[in-house]
Amino acid sequence: MQEYDKSERYLKDLDDGKREIALSTDDLHVSYGTHEAIHGVSLAFERFKITALIGASGSGKSTYLRSLNRMNDNIAGTKVTGKIMYRGLDINGNNIDVYEMRKHIGMVFQQPNPFAKSIYENITFALKRHGEKRKDVLDETVERTLKQAGLWKQVKDDLHQSALALSGGQQQRLCIARAIAMKPDILLLDEPASVLDPVSTATVEDTLMELKKDYTIVIVTHNMQQAGRISDYTAFFHLGDALEYDETRKIFTRPKIKATEDYVSGHFG
Amino acid sequence: MNARKWDKVATTILYLISIFIIFVLAFLLLYILVSGLPNVSWHFITGRSSSFQAGGGIGIQLFNSIYLLVLAMLISVPLSVGAGIYLSEYAPKNWLTNLVRNAIEILSSLPSVVVGLFGFLVFSINMKFGFSILSGALALTVFNLPLLTRKVEDSLQSIHYTQREAGYALGLSRWETVIHVVVPAALPGIITGMILGMGRIFGEAAALIYTAGQSSPPLDFSNWNPLYIASPLNPLRSAETLAVHIWKINSEGIIPDATKVSAASSAILVLFVLLLNFAARYVGNRLYGRLTGVKERK
Repeated sequence: MQEYDKSERYLKDLDDGKREIALSTDDLHVSYGTHEAIHGVSLAFERFKITALIGASGSGKSTYLRSLNRMNDNIAGTKVTGKIMYRGLDINGNNIDVYEMRKHIGMVFQQPNPFAKSIYENITFALKRHGEKRKDVLDETVERTLKQAGLWKQVKDDLHQSALALSGGQQQRLCIARAIAMKPDILLLDEPASVLDPVSTATVEDTLMELKKDYTIVIVTHNMQQAGRISDYTAFFHLGDALEYDETRKIFTRPKIKATEDYVSGHFG
Repeated sequence: MNARKWDKVATTILYLISIFIIFVLAFLLLYILVSGLPNVSWHFITGRSSSFQAGGGIGIQLFNSIYLLVLAMLISVPLSVGAGIYLSEYAPKNWLTNLVRNAIEILSSLPSVVVGLFGFLVFSINMKFGFSILSGALALTVFNLPLLTRKVEDSLQSIHYTQREAGYALGLSRWETVIHVVVPAALPGIITGMILGMGRIFGEAAALIYTAGQSSPPLDFSNWNPLYIASPLNPLRSAETLAVHIWKINSEGIIPDATKVSAASSAILVLFVLLLNFAARYVGNRLYGRLTGVKERK
């Protein structure tokens, strides 16, 4: 791989007072043991927009995403320093109730991971654990979230069937429904369509465009066309640094950094 | 010879080895059942054993075996589930937990007669439980615990970590995720392991000879108060189990029909263990179907 001058960067500062920022990081470092995977990334994500994180394998985009709701806490030897600001609160602090925070910042993973429970239970289970016992509220949530995830028509008669019997694309949409059932502010998606066929991918993308009205979405993707189709902003990651952050349109037509240009035109990655 | 032919030869050899193993197993099973079952009658299953005359039964021994099994499982199931959950979900990777894992590994390969003598020393002598069902149940726990713990740990480990991440991402704590996501998904494997463990301790003799004893006191089946001295449920009485009975009549039995009683007892024992194994498969499959949401519990 060609060496790039990493001091050459263009990071658009969205936090300029003109728009509402849902989440931002300030000099975020992530290290596994002695290896530093993220070398200080500062980005701000605008509310009700889709931001795509792109970059080659090993660029740190997934690691960065997983730090945003502190999923890396569970991996032994991982250290995350720097600030993650959410509603004026540094959620990377020790005094944060991580479980409460994750209700506000939901996540959908690369591999569809429905629980080995029924479709209905998959969506309502966490809500029940968090104290919601009213059946009408739960029923309403199941219908609303499945409609939002574009799955309702296909499963409305099989709500009490096993979620494991669904196809991969349906499972992933169920996982999206499960995540938004918590009514989070922010939805983090880690390559949610990478294991899906083109038709399922298109459906998931439609779902995300629909969800943008109510949620702030940050999505990691390997698929440049996908980033181009659905995102408003794009951040380009390279070897643990964010090198370029701009409106998606600009990243894909007139990138300011050589590395970005080479990546989006398919020269590496 | 080309690759295709080698493949055929190797396949044939593997088939022959499998057939040989199946043949040995089938032969043993058939031999035990054919020589034993003709001597089995309702009177034999429920009757009292005799010391000198022909025509004794195995009622008490069968009852003892089942009672010991229940007691041993009552003690070992909660312990092994707790230990398995800790090792799989909570234990940090360091020298101490490695030591624990190694200890479990070694304990699970301990010869049962060693477990029996250990139980005799610790439970019967030191703790003054004597030859009793309690000593026997504790010895069986020592015998069974390592395997059950391993089984629980393995079952939990077989659940993919993305299931745990799914729980965390919904704001569930580690404990909630373990109890409500991981354990239910692993339950079929855990239950199967438990039932197979039951089969193992049901047929165990060596660990019980010096702990539960080789005879039973006269029992009063009209009084089930466990504190009453002649009660069948009294945990401090000695108890000869079916497997110990087989061992005993073959080594020092003086009843004239010892061969018949031994063959019939063996048949009953094997049938019971077989039954437990089939039950393990059935319950495991059923539970999997249920827990993966085929039917919603209202």
